[in-house]
Amino acid sequence: MDQKQFEKIVDNQTPKTPLFMNMLKAFLVGGIICTIGQLITFFYIRFFPFTEKTAGNPTVATLVFIAMILTGTGLYKKIAQIGGAGSAVPVTGFGNAVISASLEHKTEGYVLGVGGNMFKLAGSVIVFGVLSAFIVALIKTILVKMGVVSW
Amino acid sequence: MVIKSGTIQFKENPSIASTGVVVGPMEKKSTFAESFDVILPLENEKGQTYEQANTHFIEKACKESLRKGHEKLENVDVFIGGDLVNQLSPTNFAARQLAIPFLGVFSACASSVESVILGSLLLESGNATSVLAGASSHHPSVERQFRYPLEYGTQRAGTSQWTVTAAGFALLQKHAKNAPIITHATIGRVIDGGQKNPLFMGAAMAPAARDTIERHLANTNSRMADFDVIMTGDLGKIGLSILKEMFQDENSGVILQDAGAQFYGEDKFFKAGASGAGCSAAVFFSHVFNQLKSGVYKRVLLVATGALLSPLTFQQGETIPCIAHAIECRMEKRG
Repeated sequence: MDQKQFEKIVDNQTPKTPLFMNMLKAFLVGGIICTIGQLITFFYIRFFPFTEKTAGNPTVATLVFIAMILTGTGLYKKIAQIGGAGSAVPVTGFGNAVISASLEHKTEGYVLGVGGNMFKLAGSVIVFGVLSAFIVALIKTILVKMGVVSW
Repeated sequence: MVIKSGTIQFKENPSIASTGVVVGPMEKKSTFAESFDVILPLENEKGQTYEQANTHFIEKACKESLRKGHEKLENVDVFIGGDLVNQLSPTNFAARQLAIPFLGVFSACASSVESVILGSLLLESGNATSVLAGASSHHPSVERQFRYPLEYGTQRAGTSQWTVTAAGFALLQKHAKNAPIITHATIGRVIDGGQKNPLFMGAAMAPAARDTIERHLANTNSRMADFDVIMTGDLGKIGLSILKEMFQDENSGVILQDAGAQFYGEDKFFKAGASGAGCSAAVFFSHVFNQLKSGVYKRVLLVATGALLSPLTFQQGETIPCIAHAIECRMEKRG
């Protein structure tokens, strides 16, 4: 049996990914997480001296804290099975990546285990997040200097 | 005696005297649950690391096998086993406790049958009279090594399989009546079907299973219909359909079965089924062994399939080479 025939059999037998349903679920789950985040932002603006600009930081901290509890109790991976990208992209997904890696490596000690492996999955989010922020800022600075846009 | 490259005929017909299968809490849901000897309520006990738990499962399965075979540990000449954790630590550590001569083997999920082949060779050549052989896998220890942290939220695809927590070991002894015997074995070749997806092992392993089964049938001059069942290790539901389509034998529909595809029944949670070195070991050494012993099966071919990838090779873009080892077991007529 040659490679082509084999590939054809594999294609025949592989169930198709329900792309539309997956996207719909991701949209709903991601949307719900973001709505909760928005409510938390309103809460900080209404009850604490935060403005729309400054309420972002405590909101992110709160969401990561919630993600931490959901990860520790094993609920986050159940949400992720339904949500897919919807639960991976928001900041709660970042929190889940950090916390799940920390939990996993606790047995190897706090320094080499937890500390060394905490950003095993989330590390690339930070690296490429910082890198893309730098590039975007650079472009904007140039545009401002050229007088195309203003800050 | 070698019949043809890779296929061995055991003239002495070593027998499987007894078996011991210890599984974890998720395996309670298995369709084979009633055949397992011990179902432990936890993946790891308090204060135990996952790797220590894996070791514990191996020790318990070995002891269970000895208890059922009425054999003492000090009478066992060699202990042969493998698992899926780096450097076979759990099996090595279990061997430290058992303190009998030890051979560690690795061919991923095909380790279960590889151990039995090596054990049978030792018995056949008269270099041992009693051998403990088998393999194990432990869900949390294997997942953290090959995939993501346990609590990491990732969507498992429909083609993915669930690594079982199970240890299965068999006590192999010189030929005995009223026990299943091992008549032939075919050593697998490493076959690469060009598959790259580590979450679709069924497609990667099917060509290796096909190669071994085909060679075994050709080398022993037999047909698929001569067997009660030809059971592969952990191709899963999709992998099994691929294998059946590759064979296009009218008998392949009934005779070709897969331990991983049947392991968790139709439970959707487990997607394409079960996998892991413990999957084939647990099913072969419980359900299949019992069926042989009671005479329901008279001739079976057990084909353990292993994907020889590592997290490193797959990230480097390599394809997944696979292997399948087979043993032919028979049950002689009583009397």
